[in-house]
Amino acid sequence: MDPRTTSRRSFLSLAAGLPVAGAALAACGSSGPSSSTAQGGGGSAAAGAGAATYWFLSGQPQQAIREDSIKRFNAANPGGQITTTEFQNDAYKTKIKTALGAGQGPTIIWGWGGGGLKSYVDAGQVEDLTSWFDQNPAQKERRFPSSFGAATVNGKVYALPAETVTPIIFYYNKKVFDKVGVQPPKSWADIMTLVDKFNSAGVAPFSLGGQSRWTNMMWLEFLLDRIAGSEVFQKVFEGKPDSWSDPAVKDMLTKVQDLVKANGFIKGFSSITADSNADLAVFYTGRAAMMVHGAWTYGTMKANGGDFVSGGHLGYMNFPPVDPATDKGDPSDTVGNPGQYYSISSKASDAAKETAKKFFATTVLDDTENKAWIGSGSVPLVKGVDSQFPPGGDGDFLKFIYNVSANAKNFAQSWDQALSPTQAETLLDNIAKLFQLSVTPDQWISNLNAVIGK
Amino acid sequence: MTAVAPPVVTGARAAIPQGAGRSGPVAWMAIPALVLFGAFGILPLLGVLFLSFTQWDGIGAIHPAGLTSWRAELSDPGLLHALWVTFKIMFFSWLVQTPLSILIGVFLAGHQRYREFLAALFFIPLLLSSAAIAIAYKALLDPNFGLGAGLGFPLLSQDWLGDTTLAFGVLIFIVSWQFIPFHSLIYQGAVRQIPASLYEAAQLDGAGRIRQFFSITMPQLKYTIITSSTLMVVGSLTFFDLIFVLTAGGPADATRNLALDMYITGFQGNQMGTANAIAVILVLVGLALALLFRRLGGDASESQLEGA
Repeated sequence: MDPRTTSRRSFLSLAAGLPVAGAALAACGSSGPSSSTAQGGGGSAAAGAGAATYWFLSGQPQQAIREDSIKRFNAANPGGQITTTEFQNDAYKTKIKTALGAGQGPTIIWGWGGGGLKSYVDAGQVEDLTSWFDQNPAQKERRFPSSFGAATVNGKVYALPAETVTPIIFYYNKKVFDKVGVQPPKSWADIMTLVDKFNSAGVAPFSLGGQSRWTNMMWLEFLLDRIAGSEVFQKVFEGKPDSWSDPAVKDMLTKVQDLVKANGFIKGFSSITADSNADLAVFYTGRAAMMVHGAWTYGTMKANGGDFVSGGHLGYMNFPPVDPATDKGDPSDTVGNPGQYYSISSKASDAAKETAKKFFATTVLDDTENKAWIGSGSVPLVKGVDSQFPPGGDGDFLKFIYNVSANAKNFAQSWDQALSPTQAETLLDNIAKLFQLSVTPDQWISNLNAVIGK
Repeated sequence: MTAVAPPVVTGARAAIPQGAGRSGPVAWMAIPALVLFGAFGILPLLGVLFLSFTQWDGIGAIHPAGLTSWRAELSDPGLLHALWVTFKIMFFSWLVQTPLSILIGVFLAGHQRYREFLAALFFIPLLLSSAAIAIAYKALLDPNFGLGAGLGFPLLSQDWLGDTTLAFGVLIFIVSWQFIPFHSLIYQGAVRQIPASLYEAAQLDGAGRIRQFFSITMPQLKYTIITSSTLMVVGSLTFFDLIFVLTAGGPADATRNLALDMYITGFQGNQMGTANAIAVILVLVGLALALLFRRLGGDASESQLEGA
């Protein structure tokens, strides 16, 4: 149940929270999404036999790019139009679940892959795309291989990896680092030393939007992967009993609580939400020195941070090793969102399915769309797209993201998206308590072991 | 949300003065209301009851599962915690709101021009939606960019919503701020109903203002207090929007009440069976409270009005 998508960048103001709440309350009624046929055809009735529907997330700049792709597709295919409906992030999550449960879902389902996709598959709601990829090998070939993990359930591909790849990045404020006279950390010990130094200099060490919970989770993901490699979480993912009992998990949880106890995170972190972008603001205004956050935050920091990004004050790197001598995980590993995922409803008519597949083959991630994604400061999950990056600061960042994503030995999908919604909720709940110091690592482990495989 | 509506309705009705609807021959006039109540109150309630005996992820097929959801829910320490939080919110918001509402209500009952003007001002918080209130307070209380930081007043820069105790206090404060105007309005009306002759007589007997307040105003407000308390208590059972936006139940689960627990379990955790079990518990608690307050109301034939 992770609200993290690239559209987060569009939550520029606190006012954005209003539709979140309103939509949640309207979950049992209609939440008033905006709907349109991209061609002025006069509603879905005019769209013809191959008419397909497509629901996706609103929020700029992604919304405009999605709309533009549909517009181009509809202009080129007068026989098979796609009608779109746009939803605000949290509203969409509830709406799509309810709609699929009631058999009222769209032809093309926008999603996050992983555990959520698996719940659609288990309910027989989405089309198996394995054979489509066999018929269109080029489509498989041109995408990052790491993007397919979250689209695959029981060895079959149920979603088209699309849009952008957004790993989690270790950001630091160069201005603050220079002022305090320190270097970026190379190990967990370095991090703990930096925490003390920043605290005594009157700067919060790390920014964190703790109320959103998945923000805290990124710390656990990196720590566990660095300490023990990807195998431990893989066992949880496969539903093996007591997988959380691995000693590395306790080590990871203890380290997190050590960091909280050492005032590693900014005061009030547990009431800061990532939706409001307040966690970014404390970072780019220099109140906090470092931040572990998604690649999608770059655009917001650039737009809102004054000369913070353009002046070269933003430092970024992959999460450092915990202890280079004993780490079992590969230091090139990363976590985050390997992509966004388009699925086709199994309940749609054959003609609508054909239209959707045509859209997948001809328009999704074509050159025009890729250019638009790059222009918005994101990396489309297409091999070789780095040749189109602009020179200069943005290009450097895009290249960094491209290399982290393409070279990662293991690109782990965010835990809460990889796991089933039931497990994810327990996970997030216990992570919040962990950061609040209201559960011990041992309680955490037993709480999580109790829901494995559910 | 439909699941939690019925007890509110029942509660509110139960508390509305008795006697008026018992005239007999016009019973058929209740039919439209009964039909609506049946279709939108009772029927969904039965659906909730049915779903609580199933396992359902909200997407796939509904599997009958007997008592599985109930067993899971009743053995979950989260339920006790959510109940505890719910009752704590109920108790403290009642404790803060009732005396203040009575005092403001009595004050506003005077017919002076400035009091009428203030009455209009006091009413404003009630016009705002809970979501808007939550967002506004969240921004004001932000420890890094909020009121404290803006005014350079460190005392206001507490971790208001990130500390377990403070967050709970803030919640009670905001709830009170939002609903005291409503209850004041009820008390204002009730105080104006008290016959002036009672006060005149008391004055002749030499009773002072405070004596008058405790010996005349308070006893005369008995039923109003019960009505207002029922609304407060049963209403606080279903607090959702404000908490959802303000703290999302946090920090950790410090403000996660039953309604929020139900939403999170059902719509975020995909466990509709368990969520419906929580909903049933919520209904039962609501009904029990409404009945309790009805009992407290005592014999309905006792009239408060002049001449009775």
